Amino acid sequence: MLGLDRKDTRLLIFVVLLALCAPFLLNPFPTESAMAQFNAGYPDLMQRFAIYGIFAIGFNILFGLTGYLSFGHAAFLGVGSYSTVWMFKLLSYNIVPGIILSVIVAGLFALLIGFISLRRSGIYFSILTLAFAQMSFALAYSVLTPITNGETGLQVYTDDPQYLQSVGSPNVPNLFGIVMRDTYTLDVGAWSFDFNNGYYFCAILMLIAFYLSIRIYRSPFGLMLRAVKSNQQRMNYTGLSTRPYTLAAFVISGMYAGLAGGLLASMDPLAGAERMQWTASGEVVLMTILGGVGTLIGPILGAGFIKYFENIFSKINDATLHSWFGFLPEGLENAVVWILEHFVGAGWHLTLGLLFMLVVIFLPGGLVEGGQKLAAFVTRRGSDKKDKTSGSTEPAE
Amino acid sequence: MDALILQVLNGLDKGSAYALIALGLTLIFGTLGVVNFAHGALFMIGAFCAVTVQRLLSLSFVTVDETQKDFLGKPLKVETPYVEAWFGPEVGAAIIDWSVPLAIIFAIPIMLAVGFIMERGLIKHFYKREHADQILVTFGLAIVLQELVKHYYGANPIPTPAPDAFKGSFDFGALIGFDPNTIIYPYWRLVYFAFSAVIIAGVFSFLRFTTFGMVVRAGMADRETVGLLGINIDRRFTIMFGIAAAVAGLAGVMYTPINSPNYHMGMDFLVLSFVVVVVGGMGSLPGAVLAGFLLGILESFASFSPIKNFFENWLFLPSIDQIIIYLVAIVILLTRPRGLMGRKGVMEE
Repeated sequence: MLGLDRKDTRLLIFVVLLALCAPFLLNPFPTESAMAQFNAGYPDLMQRFAIYGIFAIGFNILFGLTGYLSFGHAAFLGVGSYSTVWMFKLLSYNIVPGIILSVIVAGLFALLIGFISLRRSGIYFSILTLAFAQMSFALAYSVLTPITNGETGLQVYTDDPQYLQSVGSPNVPNLFGIVMRDTYTLDVGAWSFDFNNGYYFCAILMLIAFYLSIRIYRSPFGLMLRAVKSNQQRMNYTGLSTRPYTLAAFVISGMYAGLAGGLLASMDPLAGAERMQWTASGEVVLMTILGGVGTLIGPILGAGFIKYFENIFSKINDATLHSWFGFLPEGLENAVVWILEHFVGAGWHLTLGLLFMLVVIFLPGGLVEGGQKLAAFVTRRGSDKKDKTSGSTEPAE
Repeated sequence: MDALILQVLNGLDKGSAYALIALGLTLIFGTLGVVNFAHGALFMIGAFCAVTVQRLLSLSFVTVDETQKDFLGKPLKVETPYVEAWFGPEVGAAIIDWSVPLAIIFAIPIMLAVGFIMERGLIKHFYKREHADQILVTFGLAIVLQELVKHYYGANPIPTPAPDAFKGSFDFGALIGFDPNTIIYPYWRLVYFAFSAVIIAGVFSFLRFTTFGMVVRAGMADRETVGLLGINIDRRFTIMFGIAAAVAGLAGVMYTPINSPNYHMGMDFLVLSFVVVVVGGMGSLPGAVLAGFLLGILESFASFSPIKNFFENWLFLPSIDQIIIYLVAIVILLTRPRGLMGRKGVMEE
């Protein structure tokens, strides 16, 4: 179907179902129950799942296929956000021009940065992209204040021209009149499910992005990129210049990041320089690694995992912990809470850093590899085939 | 002319910090072949050693002085630091005053230990892995260290003053024959520059004039052959890692009076130090030092108002000082891909 083989089609359908049923899947606990704080089915978070999914899918096209570790992808995300907000300011609150522009601008920006950075490989490349990202951050934060509004962040003001804004159209980001932040809430018994326009818009774009990434993986172009990863020198000896291929991969992943940035601004019409900071670049690297580098579904899983736990962990505080461990004897309770409070609330970043290290040390293939190992362990008696529904590709060594 | 000298002087202290961190990074890279993204965190840990020493020294006990009254008419509570009680008020006050230089003694063993533990516990296992994995795991470690410091010391910068003897500025211009009050330079920055010059000279002469240093240099050139000669090169490299960590830590200790330490200072310096290493040439120690000072001075010149205004008015780039280092780094990498003093065959794929 759609030019995919059976395994990939199954994977695509799996992801489509996952994306469309997300409001149900992410809200498994009744609204009033104590477990409701683990629900993730509210619009804001679901949008971020889809958006960061796009970001990570795009990053994986570069890192997973070519092995070039970029530490500056957040710059493209930020550029995308800024272009979308500028479209809001100049034209209207319709998100289509903004998103198209964000992809184009991010692509051009990636072309420029990639052209320079890809002259070197290995760590030089990582450091160069990191330097570029920090430079973009400095540009956005102070140097280009007339364009980016510096520290305050770019937003839409009432005296902005908005030349195409017609009288009747809504005064918030919308898609030809469909307001992005509108949510239809379905109450079933004790449960309630949110169906948000913005989420579905992001999810559809994520599915398109995912489909495109499958096609790229299976194309001769994707094969070429993998060859670059496995042995660039040999490619050069055969008389082939690898740079156009790596540059194309860099630009494509930059455009994915631009799209994600544009969507972030479309859901919430703000753009700030902190989106470009290098910790944000590190986050997308972590999402990809955690999910599984070079696998198709890995980045989506990784993005969902990180965003979910970021959200849940940040909400937990001392009182919650004390209520959980109230059954323990006093001293033990305090000790357990004392240890755990390092990792929750404001300490979420500590958990993130530890997770980062643990994954790189013990599970370099990420969740997908973990799943495969688990599946192989369970079905060891049955058959030798390590085939999980995730349908991951072999990580190119 | 005096303005130019002032800019050079202003660049020296930042340049010293860049040079020290970049020196450590290059040492680690040259010996172990590992890219250490946690090096900025080591700089930060050094700075927080100074904070800790200062806090430990000013630990006090409270006594109630019946003879004096506070503004509510109750007996006055007097806080006396333990050191003042033990060594007498004057010596005690002097010890507290000199907490930053004293922290050096405290920081050296701690930083060496941190370095050894890091190398033996974590980085040892990553020699055979890809550079990407090394970058990622040290990046994770940097986040962990940074968050731990944030958890225990808070997110705000902690002022850590220099000793009273070095507070204030002196008239450098009058000293070398300019009009008075044209070149004013804080004492502590001069101390910092002298300190880093001593450290750099120390590291270089250690590598140059000792047998240990000779073996390490041989190992940097050809690890396998040195190993075949029956020398335990791994242990020496571990020691070099500890030394690199100590250099970064000391740079941090002495930097605290210039900028109050906060938990993300390491990350801020790390990115620029990487740029310094790349500009200087990967694996070249003199290159790292040279590039550190050059870029520090360059940054200071870019914040010099005539130059800044020129960029703002003619090229529409306000606050050029924020990005000048990156721009120069890009130009250098495009024209001299190995950096200023990079050698052939180091880190080339």
